[in-house]
Amino acid sequence: MEKTQIECLKKTADQIRLSVIHGTYHAASGHPGGSLSIADLLAYLYFVEMRIDPAHPDKPDRDRLVLSKGHAAPALYGALAERGYFPKEDIKGLRKIDSYLQGHPDMKGTPGVDMSTGSLGQGISAACGMALAAKLSEADYRVFAVLGDGELEEGQVWEAAMFAAHYHLSGLCAFIDLNGLQIDGPTAQVMNSAPVDEKFRAFGWNVLTIDGHDFEAIERACVAFHACTDKPTAVVMNTTKGKGVSYMEGKVNWHGAAPKQEDYEIAVAEITARLAEEGR
Amino acid sequence: MMDTKKIATREAYGDALVEFGAKYDIVVLDADLAEATKTIKFRKAYPERHIDCGIAEGNMIGVAAGLAAAGKIPFASTFAMFAAGRAFEQIRNSVAYPHLNVKIGATHGGITVGEDGATHQCLEDLGVMRTIPGMVVVNPADAVEARAAVEAAIRYQGPVYLRFGRYPVPVLYGADYTFAFGRGVKMTDGSDVTIVANGIMVSIALEAADLLKADGIGAEVLNFSSIKPLDEQMLLASSAKTGAVVTAEEHNIIGGLGSAVAECVGEYAPVPVLRVGVQDRFGKSGTVPALMEAYGLTAGEIAAKAKLAIARKG
Repeated sequence: MEKTQIECLKKTADQIRLSVIHGTYHAASGHPGGSLSIADLLAYLYFVEMRIDPAHPDKPDRDRLVLSKGHAAPALYGALAERGYFPKEDIKGLRKIDSYLQGHPDMKGTPGVDMSTGSLGQGISAACGMALAAKLSEADYRVFAVLGDGELEEGQVWEAAMFAAHYHLSGLCAFIDLNGLQIDGPTAQVMNSAPVDEKFRAFGWNVLTIDGHDFEAIERACVAFHACTDKPTAVVMNTTKGKGVSYMEGKVNWHGAAPKQEDYEIAVAEITARLAEEGR
Repeated sequence: MMDTKKIATREAYGDALVEFGAKYDIVVLDADLAEATKTIKFRKAYPERHIDCGIAEGNMIGVAAGLAAAGKIPFASTFAMFAAGRAFEQIRNSVAYPHLNVKIGATHGGITVGEDGATHQCLEDLGVMRTIPGMVVVNPADAVEARAAVEAAIRYQGPVYLRFGRYPVPVLYGADYTFAFGRGVKMTDGSDVTIVANGIMVSIALEAADLLKADGIGAEVLNFSSIKPLDEQMLLASSAKTGAVVTAEEHNIIGGLGSAVAECVGEYAPVPVLRVGVQDRFGKSGTVPALMEAYGLTAGEIAAKAKLAIARKG
């Protein structure tokens, strides 16, 4: 990947992060921690990888993304707004009564949202259904799913994992956001899902482990996904919850708490300073 | 009635999938029960469009949601207990909330599952499905109506819950029968009492009407296979005329047809509404006739409740 592209993606990811902070601050609720940990991934997917057209969000042959960890909706909305699916100023309506930006993604109300999610474990099954539909129709669109590591505790994830391998859904790529924290504490303590990579491998998936904040690693994972023609791909991403906002990084209390005025100002100052740096 | 041909509605479901599979881009999902749900007929005809999901109903409903989101018309089949019960939340959140075009073909509804007993006899499905916004809920009375309901579900854009039975039931309708969601069917005219039934209880309600007739009581039997939407107009016209209503369902009396009818009549034009059905109990093992008798799902019970309803008229 060229250096200019990396710089460009960093900037995009920071715009998404800014959107996460704006949205959750104005909503006075929401999930910033797990949104910030996938900002880099969504920047890459929506700006490099996915074959999509924001002017035609329902195009039948588009690539699809299912945010199975639906509580990271602020990051998804940030990416979609940045990509031009809807105006960026609408972000401040997040979670408000008259807004189409629901607390968790609503495919009926929000352009660019491919599946309604929020109840953990369900999105990956829907992603399987979409990948199966592509296979049955001999269409070549790809389906991306983004899961949380806490979400892996849901049994349905493993029903879906079995299904995807059984039907050789090679058009499906699941990114696992291994940030190590869930609401009640460290995932290793609440309900240890490790080793995640070995579990997916045992279920018959093509598995890669990467640094989820490294664009070149994400790109390599996508190349490996394209190259694999008989298995679904799982990309286990080591990430930092709250990535990009110093006081949120690695802190479980920012899983489901919105920044207050002072926190908000610090976060915005940090990100805008970085954007100014990146802009040079 | 005794000489009438009997066919289980699940058989008609399997046949209808094959028939309409030739014309429509339907995909049939099953959860290791294809022999029992009769989707095996579709598997034989269109193996590439029959997807066995294994014993994993939650995932099956999610896969159906994804297929529908990508433009397919999925029929997801398992027993009513594991569709409306185990996969309730997947139906609610992954299918109904985004109003996806998923059809749930739930077989083995009610107590007529028989010998398998309580764990497999779903008596709550119509009630829980009815509480989900935008869900169409249908419990066909015979094989002809079951076929028609499958076709209506295919032509309709949105989620539909279809309940089919394991036990053979009399064929009530001819080939000219037309079906529509939200439309009741008047089976007999009467001015003394209204009997509203669906599923297997429609033919039993007709037997009850014969019993009542012998006592000089005119019963108007309505087939409300479409429990949601409910044909409120037909119900209220009939209840206003007769002034007494009895419901008959192979379901808990809480939440299903009896509740739907009582809600409507109570809200718009109250008259006595008595409910025949399973009286808030679990089922148990037994032959179907023995179970129907033990749980009061009989023509005699309907007739007795009809007389009671008539006695309570204001």
